[in-house]
Amino acid sequence: MLSLRLITPLHAQSSNDAAFLSTLGELREASYDDKGAIVERLSRSGHSSVRPVLTALLDGRLYSRNSDQKIFIVKSADVDPFNLIDPVSLKPAGSAAADSLTQIGTNNGLRRLLRTTVARFALSSPDAVVRLDAVREMLKSLDDPTVTLLRERAAVETNSGVKKEIASALALAALDGSDSKARLEAIATLRQSLSQDVRNRLALLVDKSPGGAFVESDEAVRRAAASAVQSIDGWRSFYSDIQTLFFGLSLGSVLVLIAIGLAITFGVMGVINMAHGELMMLGAYTTYAVQLAMPGHIGTSILLAIPAAFIVSGLTGVLMERTIIQFLYGRPLETLLATFGVSLILQQTVRSIFSANNRSVLTPEWMSGSLRLNDALAITYNRLYIVIFTLIVFFLILLVLKRTRIGLDIRAVSQNRSMAKAMGIRTEWVDAMTFGLGSGIAGVAGVALSQLTNVGPNLGQSYIIDSFMVVVFGGVGNLWGSLIGGMSMGTVNELLEPYAGAVLSKILILVALILFIQIRPRGLFPQKGRAAEDK
Amino acid sequence: MTFPLWKTRPGGDRGGAWFLAVLFVVAVAVPILNQAVPSSSAFHLSAFGITLIGKYLCYGMLALSVDLIWGYCGILSLGHAAFFSLGGYAIGMYLMRQIGPRGVYGNPILPDFMVFLNYKSLPWFWYGFNHFSFALLMMVLAPGLLALVFGWFAFRSRVTGVYFSIITQALTYALMLAFFRNDMGFGGNNGFTDFKDIMGFDLHSDGTHVVLLVCTVVALAASYMACRTIVESRAGRVIRAIRDAESRTRFLGYPVESFKLWLFVFSGIIAGIAGALYVPQVGIINPSEFAPINSIEAVIWVAVGGRGTLYGAIAGAVLVNYAKTYLTGAFPEVWLYALGALFVLVTVFLPRGIIGLLPTLEKK
Repeated sequence: MLSLRLITPLHAQSSNDAAFLSTLGELREASYDDKGAIVERLSRSGHSSVRPVLTALLDGRLYSRNSDQKIFIVKSADVDPFNLIDPVSLKPAGSAAADSLTQIGTNNGLRRLLRTTVARFALSSPDAVVRLDAVREMLKSLDDPTVTLLRERAAVETNSGVKKEIASALALAALDGSDSKARLEAIATLRQSLSQDVRNRLALLVDKSPGGAFVESDEAVRRAAASAVQSIDGWRSFYSDIQTLFFGLSLGSVLVLIAIGLAITFGVMGVINMAHGELMMLGAYTTYAVQLAMPGHIGTSILLAIPAAFIVSGLTGVLMERTIIQFLYGRPLETLLATFGVSLILQQTVRSIFSANNRSVLTPEWMSGSLRLNDALAITYNRLYIVIFTLIVFFLILLVLKRTRIGLDIRAVSQNRSMAKAMGIRTEWVDAMTFGLGSGIAGVAGVALSQLTNVGPNLGQSYIIDSFMVVVFGGVGNLWGSLIGGMSMGTVNELLEPYAGAVLSKILILVALILFIQIRPRGLFPQKGRAAEDK
Repeated sequence: MTFPLWKTRPGGDRGGAWFLAVLFVVAVAVPILNQAVPSSSAFHLSAFGITLIGKYLCYGMLALSVDLIWGYCGILSLGHAAFFSLGGYAIGMYLMRQIGPRGVYGNPILPDFMVFLNYKSLPWFWYGFNHFSFALLMMVLAPGLLALVFGWFAFRSRVTGVYFSIITQALTYALMLAFFRNDMGFGGNNGFTDFKDIMGFDLHSDGTHVVLLVCTVVALAASYMACRTIVESRAGRVIRAIRDAESRTRFLGYPVESFKLWLFVFSGIIAGIAGALYVPQVGIINPSEFAPINSIEAVIWVAVGGRGTLYGAIAGAVLVNYAKTYLTGAFPEVWLYALGALFVLVTVFLPRGIIGLLPTLEKK
């Protein structure tokens, strides 16, 4: 359509616009029957704005201005004053008070006509997603004109997804026919569908009327429908299990992201950092601050926030290590208390700077919405990205620990501190770096969390106990343990939740963990050798 | 052979003697200042004042129970508030049933929240709580059993150090979540409140407050002496040996696990009694008492006072809570900073707490 407009001479374009506008203008005073004729003429005009204008008319968002009788599309009829859109250029055209405009009315007949017309436009859209949505919309209210329209489209459609959807729409229409064979074929087609609408329509065939007799008299059709419903239900519950599994993995990857940092600091220094959750909260607030600093670039700000949060939380961690924790070596319980004190101070600091209210961090466009795999399975992008992000962070950390000099030092110190020192490793420096690394990862986890929940001073506390559990479950100081521990705890939590409720499933997991510790007191992957006894 | 309670060792329990003397003064002075001194006088102690002192002493008892296991056996429990709250809930159930038909809904059997939640009859675990003696039994049994079962599982599989701390924190967190649920039958997030009387005495009268305070003083003194007896006995030496070298003690043939378990159970019971004394005085119990932060705060009281001294823990609890009352009233912003700084400063600079600053009290 764009290319069409480019080759159209300018004067022809403007005369086309004028004709379109004057036809539109007729709508104002026409009777409903005349309006139908006008809509027909508009749809044949071939003007580029026909579809948005007709959609607006269908939605009751087409108005005329009382002062100059001009026609406008209104962005949303819920906000006063209305935001106006020019019907020809489709550009914003200022705003106006609701009472200075008159709505262009429609009646049932006109709306039916409009729906078919709009659907026909949508069906011929070059974008397959638009076509698919149009078919799905039509599937909900099938009548003769739409069926004809769909048949026409089925002949020329090339996209397989749209084709399948049209086939099930036509099959649904065929169900209402009287030819038993055609109906059985239709049911066979509908069997392949996963849509809730199709399932409900088929279930109607199996239902009994209040009198106790079957609604459907043809027994073969009834039996086929029953088996189709069963098959659809089976597939739907299969896909919903997959969805639950995915939810579990995404919850698990949040836990993993939090637990990795904990596992590193504990593994090397034998210190459980109670302020870990607050370092995470700092990361989330960093995301918020970066977003404030560059309004209008939400997508970029999230990417920039990742290194920024790593640095902010990492530096805070190094500062903690240098000023407090280094004086407490060999006293893990005291370290636990001191870091808890730090967590209180950090919480109050954030509360003083940003107030106790939650702040909401905006989600960039490429992270909102969901990936629709089929009628029964949709995966939200933010969860998908968090799973991917966790895996990237996890393997980066693994790379740092296994392939770099500092990683070698960290592993040496965690295995045997005195021997490492004797070999000339600056253990104090390694400690500071390790703590910085663990804290930095907490900050990165905070960036991810800011996309899932509100950012507030208590953000850290709500996740920290869970992530302790992950570390204890997976085995202290073992990255793979944290990965498997976190993922399985997240999954079990999501699997239990529908049956037991959110709170009870959490309790069950805690109890299960306490029992698990009976069998493996040092987690799934315990540390081995002499180092294990000291901690 | 145990050291007799009344006979201190050479250079022995001078701090404890001072502490018991202070308690005695409180037990005598409070009734006089409240009952005998006219309310117009500046020396009159109001009911609010008594409640505050009683609250501090209950916290002191909780701190005592934490110090017994942390200071002497090296077990850092971050879930002791769970035992405290269980004791509180036990007595709270008795107080709820005492309300009887005086509740908002006037149901003679069911407490208000049950009527509100459409309970038809009393759940089985509420039976017996109309008797005070049963409630007293439960305030010992409930925390004691929890400590026994939990400790048996934990110590048997040699969960020690930070692991044990984290698991106890999970325990109290799980209990908090559970008690927040309405269908648990413990009043959900509102918990129990609006108590009327205890054993027929009006809970709103000054006299009842005075008696409750004296009971608290007696209970605190008794549990202090019991703890002192334990730590000064031969068993107490084994317990300290476990703290300093657990494996070595085990190799010498001592059943380390049972020593730890029984000490843990005893400590849990003391915490439970403290909670049971706390609830009638403050007049409310709800699930937020289980919150992990409460347990951790109890640990910091011990650290501030000085771990491994018993009386130091109680002093720490009273001091920190007095500071909390003052600061949250005068400068609410500052309290968390102060508490956080307290954690850091005490652990880094004062490993032996305030008592460590007073060398005359410590035996050489």
